[in-house]
Amino acid sequence: MKSEKELEEIFEKKLANNEFIEPKDWMPEKYRHHLIRQISQHAHSEVVGMLPEGNWITRAPSLRAKLVLLAKVQDEGGHGLYLYSAAETLGISRDEMIEALHAGKAKYSSIFNYPTLTWADIGAIGWLVDGAAIMNQVMLQRTSYGPYSRAMIRICKEESFHQRQGYEIMMRLALGTPEQKQMAQDALNRWWYPTLMMFGPPDDQSPNTADAVKWRIKRETNDQLRQKFVNQTVPQAEFIGLKVPDPNLKWNEAKKGYDFTPPDWNEFWRVIKGDGPCNKERLAARIKAHEEGKWVREAAAAYAQKHNKEMLVS
Amino acid sequence: MINTKDNQGMLWEVFLQKKSGQPFIHAGSIHAFDKEMALQNARDTYTRRGEATVIWVVPSHTIVSSTPEDVGPFFDPANDKIYRHPTFYNIPDAIKNM
Repeated sequence: MKSEKELEEIFEKKLANNEFIEPKDWMPEKYRHHLIRQISQHAHSEVVGMLPEGNWITRAPSLRAKLVLLAKVQDEGGHGLYLYSAAETLGISRDEMIEALHAGKAKYSSIFNYPTLTWADIGAIGWLVDGAAIMNQVMLQRTSYGPYSRAMIRICKEESFHQRQGYEIMMRLALGTPEQKQMAQDALNRWWYPTLMMFGPPDDQSPNTADAVKWRIKRETNDQLRQKFVNQTVPQAEFIGLKVPDPNLKWNEAKKGYDFTPPDWNEFWRVIKGDGPCNKERLAARIKAHEEGKWVREAAAAYAQKHNKEMLVS
Repeated sequence: MINTKDNQGMLWEVFLQKKSGQPFIHAGSIHAFDKEMALQNARDTYTRRGEATVIWVVPSHTIVSSTPEDVGPFFDPANDKIYRHPTFYNIPDAIKNM
């Protein structure tokens, strides 16, 4: 038997060599807890993220738009499942994670506490919210925990359609009637700052960043990713004649990036703590869906127990 | 492994074969209450874009795995047998097709 110190050295050495940590490998408890928190929150975000978009499925403006939106929302559900499975390899059960979400103990991305008021919001979510998510997830493909990395690779493959369909919606509206263009601009105005918040608090106020970078769970900091997102997105807005709602937005040649106004971090902390426009509604919808599906799960369990005894005995 | 808590069924590992002739590759896991549901959930979760033509689902608790701590001794018997590799043998350059 190796001592804890020796095991820790092996763990550190693997990280230093850019090797992956797998479920059966020894890992420090703090690393395990950090991952459980991060991956389960990521899973909850995918699942809660289905709600603002699901809101528009029945009102999509064409059959094509409806098919696309259904496929996208189904993908988000799938992404939630990949991530719950990855978290389960760390020794937490599906039940515990769902319970933590419903009890308000586990967080999900605060972006989904904002309402989708118009069809343009569905465009803005795909373009901006999924765009920001992709930026984060591309980095996480190289995260140090094997199952998380594999889930991210799978998700990134599927996610790029999400962003493109969103941009297409925005493009159609922006190039349409003045009213349609105004609708697109209004959606950009409302989603811009909440999207910038998605990368998390500034590095000097982020309680978890240091550990996450040290353990190679994250490869880039919140502020680095935020800057990258702004640099990438501003030209996309300009191309379709929309204006990013920031009077201080300016290209900075020296840093080869845009200077921009940071989001209102007081609002960020307020929404995280539960005081956003839709926090209560989102959680209530999740709990209702879970409760209403309970009889189905119970029936399936009873059926399985009756017909599949040999399978259920370990 | 009866599901006493509400865990949405037991855990299954999913393996996909993209085309006949290719190996089955582990895709991830799912929860399901029986074989049929396991196959359907695996299909809906892991093959929305033509990733497979055949799916295997295996109850996770039936998988037997070696342990990472034993990696040294467990694989040791193969490590010193370099004569199992073609490059161990010196063949003159004049010899072709070998």
